[in-house]
Amino acid sequence: MQMIIDGKTVIAEEGKTILEAARSNRVFIPTLCYLEKLLPIGSCRLCIVEIQGHENPVTACTTKAFDGMVIETNTPRLREMRKQTLGFILQTHPMDCKLCDVAGRCQLENLVKEYGAEPPMPKRAHKAEERPYSTPAIRYRPDRCIACSRCIRSCREVVGRSVLDLSGNGIGAKMDIVAPERCISCGECLSACPVGALTHANLPDGVSEGAKKVATVCAYCGVGCSFELNVKDNKAIKVTTNDYVGANKGSLCVKGRFGYGYVNSPERLTVPMIKKQGVLKEAGWEEAIDYVASRLAEIKGKHGADSIAGLTSAKCTNEDNYVFQKFMRAVIGTNNIDHCARL
Amino acid sequence: MAGLAATLGSGAMTNSIEDLAEAEVMIVIGSNNTETHPVIGMRLRHFARYRGTKIVVIDPRRTDLVEESALWLSPLPGYDLALLNGFAHVILKEGLQNKAFIEEHTENFDAFKSVVEKYTPEYVETLTGVPKDDIIKTARMYATAKNAAILYCMGITQHSKGTDNVKAVSNLALLCGHLGKPGSGVNPLRGQNNVQGACDMGGLPDVYPGYQKVHIKENREKFEKFWNASLSEVPGLTVVEMTNAMHDGKLKAMYIMGENPMLTDPDLTHVEESFRHLELLVVQDIFMTETARMADVVFPAASFAEKDGTFSNTERRVQLVRKALKEPGTARQDWDIIGGIAAKMGHPMPYEKAEDIFDEMRKVTPQYAGLTYKRLGMNGLQWPCPDETHPGTPILHKGKIARGKGLFAAVEYRPSAEVPDSAYPFILTTGRDYYQYHSATMTGRVRLLKEYCPESFVEISSEDAGKLGIQDNDWVKVESRRGHVIARAKISDKVQRGVIFKKFHFAEGAVNRLTNPVLDPTSKIPELKVSAVRLEKYNGPAVEPESQGMCLM
Ligand code: SF4
Ligand code: SF4
Repeated sequence: MQMIIDGKTVIAEEGKTILEAARSNRVFIPTLCYLEKLLPIGSCRLCIVEIQGHENPVTACTTKAFDGMVIETNTPRLREMRKQTLGFILQTHPMDCKLCDVAGRCQLENLVKEYGAEPPMPKRAHKAEERPYSTPAIRYRPDRCIACSRCIRSCREVVGRSVLDLSGNGIGAKMDIVAPERCISCGECLSACPVGALTHANLPDGVSEGAKKVATVCAYCGVGCSFELNVKDNKAIKVTTNDYVGANKGSLCVKGRFGYGYVNSPERLTVPMIKKQGVLKEAGWEEAIDYVASRLAEIKGKHGADSIAGLTSAKCTNEDNYVFQKFMRAVIGTNNIDHCARL
Repeated sequence: MAGLAATLGSGAMTNSIEDLAEAEVMIVIGSNNTETHPVIGMRLRHFARYRGTKIVVIDPRRTDLVEESALWLSPLPGYDLALLNGFAHVILKEGLQNKAFIEEHTENFDAFKSVVEKYTPEYVETLTGVPKDDIIKTARMYATAKNAAILYCMGITQHSKGTDNVKAVSNLALLCGHLGKPGSGVNPLRGQNNVQGACDMGGLPDVYPGYQKVHIKENREKFEKFWNASLSEVPGLTVVEMTNAMHDGKLKAMYIMGENPMLTDPDLTHVEESFRHLELLVVQDIFMTETARMADVVFPAASFAEKDGTFSNTERRVQLVRKALKEPGTARQDWDIIGGIAAKMGHPMPYEKAEDIFDEMRKVTPQYAGLTYKRLGMNGLQWPCPDETHPGTPILHKGKIARGKGLFAAVEYRPSAEVPDSAYPFILTTGRDYYQYHSATMTGRVRLLKEYCPESFVEISSEDAGKLGIQDNDWVKVESRRGHVIARAKISDKVQRGVIFKKFHFAEGAVNRLTNPVLDPTSKIPELKVSAVRLEKYNGPAVEPESQGMCLM
């Protein structure tokens, strides 16, 4: 079907909302409470648009587009309304972005800048607040919460746990932890939070500044979730996700999202070791490789190739596995290769 | 996964996680996926809540997913096959089978039909303890759904008759034609992150990469030429057979890359003793594991965060792993360590980077032939992917079953190798925990994960606990014909009378000192899910769990 957005004729798929139709045509309409994987609720009122022939603006995320629709997304009236809406949020939301871990990536901060919004009334001195959350993995700062309910709906709709709910309404609305015992620490809520109300508990503010994100795959279970390992100073500091890639589309479990710490462990093995008089002692690479190669050759010579076996690993890459079985088959000369996957 | 390979021609998951959304009915059997495959567990909850998918959970334990399910059937551990045949019986009796599909796409139907003849709902109820109405209801729901999928996991395969269990699952799909469509299929969920890939790469005793059998001459000749080496025609030993061969002195040397059999194998006492018979044990790992401690040589390896390469997930999706960190100390890539030894032994493997290996591998692995690092990109691709223009295969058996005709299997229920008796009156079944992973080598080192699951309990029904005078948190002694462990009791409504449950992540009280190493004759998977044990309150000297030390180890 055809519609006109901001004076441009565009094609959109039948049954889509105005917001979806606009985004698929690269027209950007601001949102805060909207997340593509959640059911739209039209509560933040930032995605308002004007439809020709309609008196009042409507929320684009909850209004279906229709053929021949003519809409405007960025009129002075809409901009003024959005500026006011943002101002109301700022009335209660602290403006201490410098102290906030998501500064620079905060959706609210960016919109406030764009619209030049300000709180309508003088702000009272702000008191930072931190409260226990349903999981120790997440730091919860209720004073930063803007009651968009993205965390609540993520937990309910994506994770199916319903740990959180909204209480109160209007400017007094806030997120409540109603069933902490049902929390599985998956962090879906954390990644849904558009501001800094939910952050990684292990990270002091500001640490992720300048971290590099490397897209990779979780090493725990067979779902093989995609995520970005955030690294700084050769340490993994946190995991973030992308809603649009892989088998998991941004969802992770506690292991994937918070279980990367072992790679930084001081207990990691760093040098080869050879057992001498019953005790493992550090050795050089040359020495260890020579030793293994000559012992394997010796045992093969004495007892035949089938007296040697190898266990390859369901935790290693395909490349490691290929090389390992090639080594056992082509170099040692045996098919004695298996892994613990049966177990 | 031998069962599915025999009946359908491929042992892998037939669908993608995403297309399972199309299933009207989903049977989840022997898979506590909320804990073992958490993100799939989330999706299932989402489907039940927002897409109206009717989920039938079949599990002796009340798993987490039960609260979102339409129906929960709880057979005693070890009776799944009887139940599956029972469903088939009902479907046939009520004429709900897909006759056109059976005609066109399957064989051996008559033999199968005569076997399930006797599995009436009444008979199956007496065997399994599942009410006959639930059996009939499930069979009808499955057969009459437009699309229906079956998901299963270790609860089906870790039995001495696991292969037959899998065949019985595939029978149901063939009977109703629930295959080869979005939301219709048979889906084994693979446990560890790259089990699928390790199998695909030939990390198995009987096949080269791409499941090409080693005993077939043409395959051998192809690889001999490609690798420029002469190869053995005898299939090798499986992991549990290796342990026995060590014990008998036939295996002298063992090379272990990134595995910890000292914790994950059944019958640990036997494993430990067997390892002591070796002349040479080489272990390559990222931590000093229980197994590494026993080694003659230990090589420090890179972790996934320090690697470039690929993993293949449970839906056959091959995805890029990217190096984010530098290896600690002098640790090296796993393939590079092996390459160093190979070179010393006169067979240089001059790979410069992981991609070189991938490109060599795909030349001889038809399923991966069309995959390149460049094509894998952000989302990966699902094999089979025969050439570089092929888009990958999200759903197997579309239009035609990989084997040609789907093979109905005439499989009979047989009791588990160990059934409870007066000396060992309980059934012990094992499983995993959401917060932990396999042998806990990795998760045990993450503080958050450890706090949630610091030690593992023995779950006991309140009825049994009452009879034995056991209270929550009491120490109990669990003893099988192979050994015993001492652990704390947790009285739980998740298990039924006569059954106890324990997780297997920690060295302390390692449940695998108890389990039965008897193997499924085809898949060689041990019967971890059913062992006969006895249970008593333990009043001996206090056992200070070495949990901290051990799971840190
Ligand atoms: S961590 Fe997961 S389960 Fe817990 S509240 Fe957040 S979304 Fe819900
Ligand atoms: S994040 Fe969780 S569900 Fe995803 S692969 Fe890792 S362990 Fe599996």
